[in-house]
Amino acid sequence: MVEVSRATRLHPLQAGHSGILSVSVTLAENATRISLRAREDAIPALSKALDLTLPTKPKSTASNGARSALWIGPDEWLIIDGIESSVAEDLRKAKVLHSAVDISHRNVGINVSGKGADAVVNGGCPQDLSLSAFPIGAASRTVLGKIEIVLWRLAENEFRVECWRSFSNYAYAFLQESARDVAA
Amino acid sequence: MIIKCPYCGPRDVIEFTYQGDATRTRPNPASTDQDTWNAYVYDRSNPAKSHREFWLHGGGCRQHLVVTRDISTHIISSVVYARDYIHAGGK
Ligand SMILES: [Zn+2]
Repeated sequence: MVEVSRATRLHPLQAGHSGILSVSVTLAENATRISLRAREDAIPALSKALDLTLPTKPKSTASNGARSALWIGPDEWLIIDGIESSVAEDLRKAKVLHSAVDISHRNVGINVSGKGADAVVNGGCPQDLSLSAFPIGAASRTVLGKIEIVLWRLAENEFRVECWRSFSNYAYAFLQESARDVAA
Repeated sequence: MIIKCPYCGPRDVIEFTYQGDATRTRPNPASTDQDTWNAYVYDRSNPAKSHREFWLHGGGCRQHLVVTRDISTHIISSVVYARDYIHAGGK
């Protein structure tokens, strides 16, 4: 007997059918976002103005209430805050050389949550997402498929993917397809 | 291939962008000698051994790096910041 195995055919637009999946891919709330660039000597004054200690180690973050600072590079942070935020005014009070650009509308946040969320992100991201290498609270600029993202682990099984607005359709569809693959 | 970024630690090569041969020296910009410029733009020795290359950790900390890599085995023997490499006179 010849056994024929057939791959299940999926409709290309079916990615949105995530009802049966263990990992959900949802849109994050709108947020205030600042791209902050500064040299090392400005960190204490900026930390004071932000009311949190800017992290200086790779993959590290610091939070105070709804406001968080993600280490992106040796002179670069992504500040994420609630939609009602005084972060721009607060930074203006720091009389040290820095650049603070409002990128609230440049980025889109996507939440990936549920058991296996790490595998869903790893569907397109090469980073080691074991808890020892990428613990809760860790964040990093990295890649997802062919785009650049900032990845932030909020809980063991919860990630936030920040991508550029024009890439958001790609990222959203990619993560939903990956969630479907992980469930299969 | 894994590149060990001096800031970020070991990361997959897809986070990086290759930026070319780090062993070349740009001729004096005032030079109009065609052979010199031709050699700078086109001549590559392509050795089957250790080689120096510029890489950018674009999908990461955005630092420019100089990677010393054996082209035949992909074994990386050193990764340093490009600025340090340049300030040391390309050594
Ligand atoms: Zn790096």
